[in-house]
Amino acid sequence: MLSKRIIACLDVRDGKVVKGVNFEGLRDAGDPAALARRYNTEGIDEVVILDVTATIESRQARAHTIAAVAREIFLPLTVGGGIRTDEDAAAAIEAGADKVSLNTAALDNPALITTLANRYGSQAVIVAIDAKAIRLKADTTAAGPTRYEVYARSGQALTNRSAIEWAKQATDMGAGEILLTSIDRDGTKSGFDCELTAAVSDAVNIPVIASGGAGTFEHFAEVFTSGHADAALAASIFHFNEKSVSALKQFLKRSGVPVRI
Amino acid sequence: MIALVDYGAGNLTSVRKALAAIGASVWTPTVAGELGRAHGIIVPGVGHFSTTRSLSDDWRKAVQTMVDDGVPLLGICVGLQWLFEGSEEAMEVAGLGSFPGRCALIGNAPSPKSQAPSPLKVPHVGWNSLVMPRPSRLMAGVKDGTQVYFTHSYAAPVVDDTAAICEYGGPFSAAVERGNVSAVQFHPEKSGDAGLRVLSNWFAQVDKSLSRRSSAEEERA
Repeated sequence: MLSKRIIACLDVRDGKVVKGVNFEGLRDAGDPAALARRYNTEGIDEVVILDVTATIESRQARAHTIAAVAREIFLPLTVGGGIRTDEDAAAAIEAGADKVSLNTAALDNPALITTLANRYGSQAVIVAIDAKAIRLKADTTAAGPTRYEVYARSGQALTNRSAIEWAKQATDMGAGEILLTSIDRDGTKSGFDCELTAAVSDAVNIPVIASGGAGTFEHFAEVFTSGHADAALAASIFHFNEKSVSALKQFLKRSGVPVRI
Repeated sequence: MIALVDYGAGNLTSVRKALAAIGASVWTPTVAGELGRAHGIIVPGVGHFSTTRSLSDDWRKAVQTMVDDGVPLLGICVGLQWLFEGSEEAMEVAGLGSFPGRCALIGNAPSPKSQAPSPLKVPHVGWNSLVMPRPSRLMAGVKDGTQVYFTHSYAAPVVDDTAAICEYGGPFSAAVERGNVSAVQFHPEKSGDAGLRVLSNWFAQVDKSLSRRSSAEEERA
């Protein structure tokens, strides 16, 4: 049976992991290669390197960080942040990335998805969607209809696109996976947005990676069941060393979620 | 030396890295004639079956000659599919035909098993478990239930030479082995320790075949 994947995200700035790092708790938390090595030992299924400043400052993801992480793991490695052209993608892949994640660049120029899918195969192209739930005016009750708006530029720019429609379009243009982040939940540790995840996952026939809000083991079980996610991504709860990947997987297994132990 | 055949089917960095980790020296031949000095040949690949079109008659003949000469061959992903007769993904492109049958879109292959209750997502991306229907050199030491990383939309049928079976929308060949020809649908270079084990198993065959062939040459001399 196909396992649900647990993906660790390394938010990197200037060669250091920056999000949710507790230097007191873990001496090497700032070094992406050291973190990747630890996650690999604990049984992580994939690693994503996200250059958190890249899009804003138009910087490329750093090749040496990618290469340093790639040396540590024999697992799928995705690089996102600042992949704006096919040259950026080529540089990331040459440095050791198996997949690139496109966000703002794909919104600005959807044809880039197709260009990269034709060159490297769809399996190498992830489209990252940052979405925010907007309650429609006519009905403000909790059960009312919700529109999921896509934001660009690290959640700063409204695009007037629906997350569901954009996910469908990205799939048609050759994306191999969708990395779906709930802006509302990101960093809150209040749980994944299962409604958003299920809505997108049910609308496309490619895998959807849920992101934003992971705080407890139960949150992962929820997003894999009611959220229909194929994979779940988290950053800070693993960096802090408050939750180990292996303990999470044991919990999911006991809960009946298929995982790789 | 291992010849890693680069026919433009995507990224070879991960394969090179994994081979380096198990101590194999690798080079990428630029013309088919160079294959003659290979001690082992790897045909990798991700993406579309039509990319194998770049493996022209020169390359096909050179690969087949080396295989007939006993040199170990390993196909990975689309490289496995290429060793079958062809694929529905690109009907006009013939495979090498080392194994019988054609690759079909996942979920569309005729299967007695019923489909999963939820709609099947294609491509098949992620870690899935293997069952070994028979012992093989390639999968030696890899236990039933071991999970490896897949990413593909088309899959090869289960045949007599199937060395590992995976289930996704029906059973398919996750590994095949006949004599010195073997192949895997999963990515051993991205499958952690289990993947490195499979690559090491194959590389051990290269070593054995090399010493066998050099002692045969000594006898002739």
